[in-house]
Amino acid sequence: MLASVIGVLFDGFAYGMLLFLLAVGLSVTLGMMNFVNLAHCSFAMIGGYVTVTLMSEAGWSFFASLPMAFLGAAAVSVVLERLLYRRLYRATDLDQSLLTIGIVFVSIATAAYIYGTAQLPVQVPGYLRGSFYEFGTTFGVYRLFLIGISLVISILLVITLEYTRFGAQVRAAVDNQRMARGLGIDVNSVFAITFALGCGLAVLGGALAIEMVGLDPNFAFAYLIYVLIVVSVGGLGSIGGTFTAAMLLGISDSAGKYYFPQFGAFLIYLVMIAILMWRPAGLFGRR
Amino acid sequence: MQKILAGLGAFALIAMPSAHAQSVKIGVVMSYSGQFADTGTQIGNGIKLYMKQHGDTVAGKKIEIISKDSGGIAPDVAKRLSQEAIVRDGADMLAGYDLTPNALAAADVSAQAKKFMVNMNAATSIITTKSPYMVRTSFTVWQVNEALGAWAFKNGVKKAYTLVSDFGPGWDGEAAFQKGFKDAGGEIIGSARYPTNNQDFAPFLQRAKDTNPDGIYIWVPGGTQPAAIGKAIAERGIDTSKVKIMGQGELTFEESLKGMGDAGLGIITAFHYDYNHQSAMNKAFVTAYNAEFKRNPDMFSVGGYDGMHAIYESLKKTNGNTDGEALINAVKGMKWESPRGPMMIDPETRDVVQTVYIRKVEKVGGHLVNVEIDKIENVKDPFKARMPK
Amino acid sequence: MAVMSNAVVTPRQYLHAQLRWHWIEVAFWLATLLPIIVTPKYLVLASQVAITALFALSLDLILGYAGIVSLGHAAFFGFGAYTAGIITKPWTMSLPLPGRDLEIDLPGWGEPLTGLLISALAAGLLGYLMSFIISRFRHLPLIMLTLGLGLLLYEVANKASWLTGGADGLQGIHVWPLFGTLHFDLYGYTSYPYALSVLFLLFLVCRRLTNSPFGLSLRGIRENITRMRAVGAESRSHLRIVYTISAAIAGTAGAILTQTTETASLGVIEFQRSADVLVMLVLGGVGRLYGGLIGAIIFMVARDQFSGINPQFWYFPIGAMLIFVVLFLPNGILGGAERLMAAIRSRSS
Repeated sequence: MLASVIGVLFDGFAYGMLLFLLAVGLSVTLGMMNFVNLAHCSFAMIGGYVTVTLMSEAGWSFFASLPMAFLGAAAVSVVLERLLYRRLYRATDLDQSLLTIGIVFVSIATAAYIYGTAQLPVQVPGYLRGSFYEFGTTFGVYRLFLIGISLVISILLVITLEYTRFGAQVRAAVDNQRMARGLGIDVNSVFAITFALGCGLAVLGGALAIEMVGLDPNFAFAYLIYVLIVVSVGGLGSIGGTFTAAMLLGISDSAGKYYFPQFGAFLIYLVMIAILMWRPAGLFGRR
Repeated sequence: MQKILAGLGAFALIAMPSAHAQSVKIGVVMSYSGQFADTGTQIGNGIKLYMKQHGDTVAGKKIEIISKDSGGIAPDVAKRLSQEAIVRDGADMLAGYDLTPNALAAADVSAQAKKFMVNMNAATSIITTKSPYMVRTSFTVWQVNEALGAWAFKNGVKKAYTLVSDFGPGWDGEAAFQKGFKDAGGEIIGSARYPTNNQDFAPFLQRAKDTNPDGIYIWVPGGTQPAAIGKAIAERGIDTSKVKIMGQGELTFEESLKGMGDAGLGIITAFHYDYNHQSAMNKAFVTAYNAEFKRNPDMFSVGGYDGMHAIYESLKKTNGNTDGEALINAVKGMKWESPRGPMMIDPETRDVVQTVYIRKVEKVGGHLVNVEIDKIENVKDPFKARMPK
Repeated sequence: MAVMSNAVVTPRQYLHAQLRWHWIEVAFWLATLLPIIVTPKYLVLASQVAITALFALSLDLILGYAGIVSLGHAAFFGFGAYTAGIITKPWTMSLPLPGRDLEIDLPGWGEPLTGLLISALAAGLLGYLMSFIISRFRHLPLIMLTLGLGLLLYEVANKASWLTGGADGLQGIHVWPLFGTLHFDLYGYTSYPYALSVLFLLFLVCRRLTNSPFGLSLRGIRENITRMRAVGAESRSHLRIVYTISAAIAGTAGAILTQTTETASLGVIEFQRSADVLVMLVLGGVGRLYGGLIGAIIFMVARDQFSGINPQFWYFPIGAMLIFVVLFLPNGILGGAERLMAAIRSRSS
């Protein structure tokens, strides 16, 4: 009995970490820049495809492909930011949503054109597969890896934001743009770098997620919904909030599937609705 | 835009009658994109190979294929496409239908328009009852899984857990396996249904494993899920030598086995076709298929291939008459040798009667294949056989 | 449509002017009769366009006039669709009462017009209940709530397969002929006039509604809700009213779909449908009533013509159009047309 509880918690925690990796970038851009970037998961999808391509066509190893995907997406994000996003920083939520949904559509169609519509098989290195047995239950190696990486990334993010000069600049620019500019902070490039960082995180999340959830052109939309749920429940701009929300949702989903399989995906939506009604700004949101 | 449509419409109306007389148009509705895209591709390949081998003229008329993409489980889309094929494109018959919900919706169109319909894949038993003009050339879930249930008990599985996809064919698989298994004397110790688009199978398999069964029966449609299931089996540490993993053939498709790796060894499946089937006709079929499409055929391919055979032979019998009544009467009782083995169309139910093979996944020549270890001949669809007449 | 005068105008005069019929409007509605004569093979598509246009109209009420961004409006479309299908089937229920079980035999009721009314009421009721939640939130939480409620309803429909048929779709729907004689057949000869008539009727209702004091107050809520409250307007109850009406109209559209196609499946309630109708409305132009209609026509016809290629690739031109509209045509195609007309007019004067 306890073994199955541990198993469910572990699976749920790992799934939650996967959601965290995908969502943290959006929380950063949404919270810091107030920009509704629904194309966030398109970057994740690009990350997945780039990784798979590098691994299968160019024969790169999994760990070499990841940073490449990160850099590639960061580059794409800079281009998009300059061309499209910058014009809409002051536009309404609706306009920003629509622009980025348009980008999602284009990305889905492009991915379908280049890679076809069926799922791509992903092969992670052998030492990341399989499981080991401990405490009466089995733990998947890849899930453990996912948890490890997420923790490292969250620590890095928190350190960057709280303890570096750049982090201080970002926080200043978010709290009061005009003041920050007045103090000589180059707000535009701070935002551009933050945006690139957010997209890079999405890419990392995507590349790591595909082993568990599969990769096809619909990824950009399918996971967008989960990511939006995590971000709105956690509260915009709060790393801790995103972490908590992701964990909560991941565990609810796994527990739901294990204990109440007849309820399917219900639980995630009910939890989200309940939390949002109680705290519209999210668990750790500011407003 | 309205003006362009008007012009096109007028042109189409004028152009239609002259083109119609010398050709037979077949509206093929399948999924060429989405989760089940590969299914559509393979059925399409089966159709193409048959036409290549037997020419594209039957009874003096040219066969024309009109392809329509339903994009996955979408009954309203499938119905609309079937309708359009008949109303707009002048199709004389309908074919394809990879998924149960789509086939069920299109059956209405076939019945209303009185058009011959060849179901080349969708496997839920009741589908053929929805239109008197429909014939099926694939298999039915009841046919294959009830036989598997009975076989499982006779071969060492006393307590079983069932896990199926939560829609028509999955429910059929669950009911069929459980009936065959329980009738033979077995005990079902638990069951669950997973959402149709589920990708993460670990919690479901953990739950199955925790009930300590001798065997876990898993039903999955084609697509991308079998590989995910294989991975979850490995991840949850299920020992396939102690717990028999059983299922319908899609579980151990060529593509799924590649994705699963060694986790797939020992899985037992029941099915009507595998490219590994040792018969002269199948070997020739596989060779020709590989030459044309650079890959092995699967049960979808053979469903399309035999579907075309049914169409060609029926048209020969009716001398090119495409009337739904005439064609369906022609195909009733038809027997032939297919790459899968012997098959027949039951005159009462218009459904397929064939041999069900029990296979096990083994390593042959370095990669995983389904090796036939047993067979049950002349299996009719048991569900319809039990239905009151 | 637009009042081109700089004179001082009272609210009553303004509303009165808006309600006058512009010749372009008349031409538009006459043109909707064309498919019957000119392209009879496309009547099924035409009725689908009319249904979707009605759906888009319902979204315009809440988005264009009240400023509620909804990513889950298909919940009402689907609820109406399923209701219309379910009531045509016979149901047997047994209530376990003390003593004996009470068997209730409900015959199938397939009459289309009353079925439409029942479905509209059902969807409206659902909308009314949800409006209590919806009217309390704005911005991102509101978007997420509409999304969540839509997804939740999808899961309910999926799981309650005993009622809805689940992924297989609702089987055994049987709709009686309209007025006892007009069958809903494969060719759309009844479906299109039916759908078009309902669309026109409900359009007239919306037109009257938005060009009334109530409609003006909605626009006020959209622009600045705080100020509306300061002025003493009953913003929350107005939001609830418009949301209920919008839900009822969306449910009507869904019901027509079920009645004319005799199928109802999860596609009527899925997220994709909510997203598509939002895109259509934005393309056409929000807050102009005709925007939803124009957007629906363009979207559906283009998709039909392009889908021969592949439904997935279809999203490329749609996405590109959306980006273009957001960047350069902020009020959609109609807004762009208006600006063009204004530019031409000022140049000629």
